[in-house]
Amino acid sequence: MTYLITGATLPDGTTTDLLVDNGVIAETGSSLSQSGATVIDAAGLTALPGLVDLHTHLREPGFEQSETVLTGSRAAAIGGFTSVFAMANTSPVSDTAGVVEQVASLGVRAGYVTVRPIGAVTMGLKGEQLSEIGAMAQSRAQVRVFSDDGSCVHDSLLMRRALEYVKTFDGVIAQHAQDPRLTLGAQMNEGALSGELGLAGWPAVAEESIIARDVLLAQHVGARLHVCHVSTAGSVDVIRWAKARGIAVTAEVTPHHLLLTEDLVRTYDSRYKVNPPLRRTEDVMALREGLADGTIDIIATDHAPHPVEAKECAWDEAANGMVGLESALSVVHASVVASGQLDWSDVARVLSSKPAEIGRLSGYDAAFVVGSPANFTLYDASASRVFGTEHLHGKGVNSPYLERTLPGRVMATIHNGYATVLDGELLDAPTVAESARVHRG
Amino acid sequence: MRHLLSTRDLSRDEAIQILDVAEDMADVANREVKKLPTLRGKTVINLFFEDSTRTRTSFELAAKRLSADLVNFSAKGSSVSKGESLKDTAQTLAAVGADAVVIRHASSGAPQTLATSGWIDAAVLNAGDGTHEHPTQALLDAFTMRRRLHGAASRGKSLDGLTVTIVGDILHSRVARSNVWLLDTLGATVRLVAPATLLPADISTWPVTAGFDLDDAVDADPDVVMMLRIQAERMHAAFFPNAREYSRQWGLGDERLARLRPDTMVMHPGPMNRGLEISANAADSSRSTVLEQVANGVSVRMAVLYLLLSGSAEL
Ligand SMILES: [Zn+2]
Repeated sequence: MTYLITGATLPDGTTTDLLVDNGVIAETGSSLSQSGATVIDAAGLTALPGLVDLHTHLREPGFEQSETVLTGSRAAAIGGFTSVFAMANTSPVSDTAGVVEQVASLGVRAGYVTVRPIGAVTMGLKGEQLSEIGAMAQSRAQVRVFSDDGSCVHDSLLMRRALEYVKTFDGVIAQHAQDPRLTLGAQMNEGALSGELGLAGWPAVAEESIIARDVLLAQHVGARLHVCHVSTAGSVDVIRWAKARGIAVTAEVTPHHLLLTEDLVRTYDSRYKVNPPLRRTEDVMALREGLADGTIDIIATDHAPHPVEAKECAWDEAANGMVGLESALSVVHASVVASGQLDWSDVARVLSSKPAEIGRLSGYDAAFVVGSPANFTLYDASASRVFGTEHLHGKGVNSPYLERTLPGRVMATIHNGYATVLDGELLDAPTVAESARVHRG
Repeated sequence: MRHLLSTRDLSRDEAIQILDVAEDMADVANREVKKLPTLRGKTVINLFFEDSTRTRTSFELAAKRLSADLVNFSAKGSSVSKGESLKDTAQTLAAVGADAVVIRHASSGAPQTLATSGWIDAAVLNAGDGTHEHPTQALLDAFTMRRRLHGAASRGKSLDGLTVTIVGDILHSRVARSNVWLLDTLGATVRLVAPATLLPADISTWPVTAGFDLDDAVDADPDVVMMLRIQAERMHAAFFPNAREYSRQWGLGDERLARLRPDTMVMHPGPMNRGLEISANAADSSRSTVLEQVANGVSVRMAVLYLLLSGSAEL
């Protein structure tokens, strides 16, 4: 399949044509032509390297009523993603080579994005015994990221061992930093508002104390640590301190923690219920600054689809989580690009090359360079839309952005040299699956 | 008034109006025939997801005295406690034509969710939600204070200048929250007293002063001391060491009682733990308003049902 993209603006602001052939960028420059190529007019569009989400819940196997690898892949593609890392809290838990290989092969078959499974740190996410990390690393799924996300690896000794053990396989532990005792029954950020609303508080210290412990453990054993969904100003300070000491820590922030604040909880609308919870304006500002100065390395969605009944209930009975793949780029645009804190080359770093590097995913280190894999998305930054369920393409409709006006729109996504999105619309599943099959050869 | 979800969003005029209508309702209770035809043909549902015979009975009496049809949709042992969702229950009640739903729920915000979800059209009356609010309790407390102060001349009066000290488990108390907002709206000055563990983490936005020392608060000569019920499970969660220490530090015992003015009101929303947060003498003294609170509860709930369902302030 051959595509000729004309007049695209690259993240660095330069304009170029891109010839895509055989899965790679075949040629760049101006006034390219190629007979038989499908031409995509990208004048006025921003070309970004294919987005990589280090934190996606695809729910399969086990929770197919919430999402499947296929539906989650579709949500990813329309959001401009070409790779996602699938969290391990499936059923059965992704704690064996068999399960991670199943998830990976479902991803290959769907073809919309590259699906890289994340392996559980502990068996059954129970926090008691290490899972078969080596078997998962050496499986066809080539797992490099290990996480008990949803639960915190709370036991200090187990966390130390996990950090040490994954070094063997060049892996990384992605920690969901939440002291379970300090957050018993927690429903929202602990502060003035939680007191008023009568909702049990999730104090910032429950996140910050775990991060502080973990960076010291990572330093002690000389291992890599990745911190999931950093949500407080204090956490940014702790990570900044750790990086200054040379500790090998990386951190992610979600789009929703960059845009939304706890004030939304006043509505008791459970679409705003998420873990870690929405925080104060001061936290949002500190997260944006931390992202801009490199303290926070990447943005990851924590896309967490739920069936409607899991949200159609009283606040403290509702499930935690928001869908985020479809809206991520627009929310990043609205929160940190519009404010001038990030430019598009920063976005390319925090949403593509850096998450790929952390997850040891190849092919994302030299975007738009001749010979590199053709994974990119074309974004219309001048567009604006009232976000609605028609813009969601996974199974979940638990988006906090419904009825909000968001900037920008993904117009095309190219994965491994074939289109998954064209003219702002997803290509259908059989077409994409066939393209993927042809690409595999 | 479309719903009564919290006292926080009641204006001063609305609050005084409710109390004034409650005065009219109290008059009805003193008549030989304690019944008004006002809400004939209206259906009121008591939807209690949590057990509370006291509050449920109070609403039941209130609805019946206004001639409404009252249905108890009690939760314990019924479908609502077996995982039937709030949504399904609400739609069922909508289908049977409920005009008002009196809801008690263990989850903060459940009444607001019910009122704003679009699942049901009825007026929603919060009868206590989680640790959020219990607006009719605060209204009956204010009504009781006003009557003690002004007697038969209560109509139209506020609580300007009154000093109220609320003691105990503020963190988990919906009664405290509703009282804080309503008392402030009505012009009273509120002081909270509790161990630091039982005060919310940040009350800087609340219109109150707060302290830890009950003796200081007693010596400040308050007009009202409101003791909150303390639940035994709090000591197991390390909020305080044991009942004896709690009682010594934050209980209204006989010695503290003796230091209060003879006309200082001692209030308690019930049910009381005699000997724990309140001594038997304090509960039974002439300062105690506990039984008036129960009686006034019916009048206040009649007033609220009336204002929600009749769409008029005239009796
Ligand atoms: Zn998590």
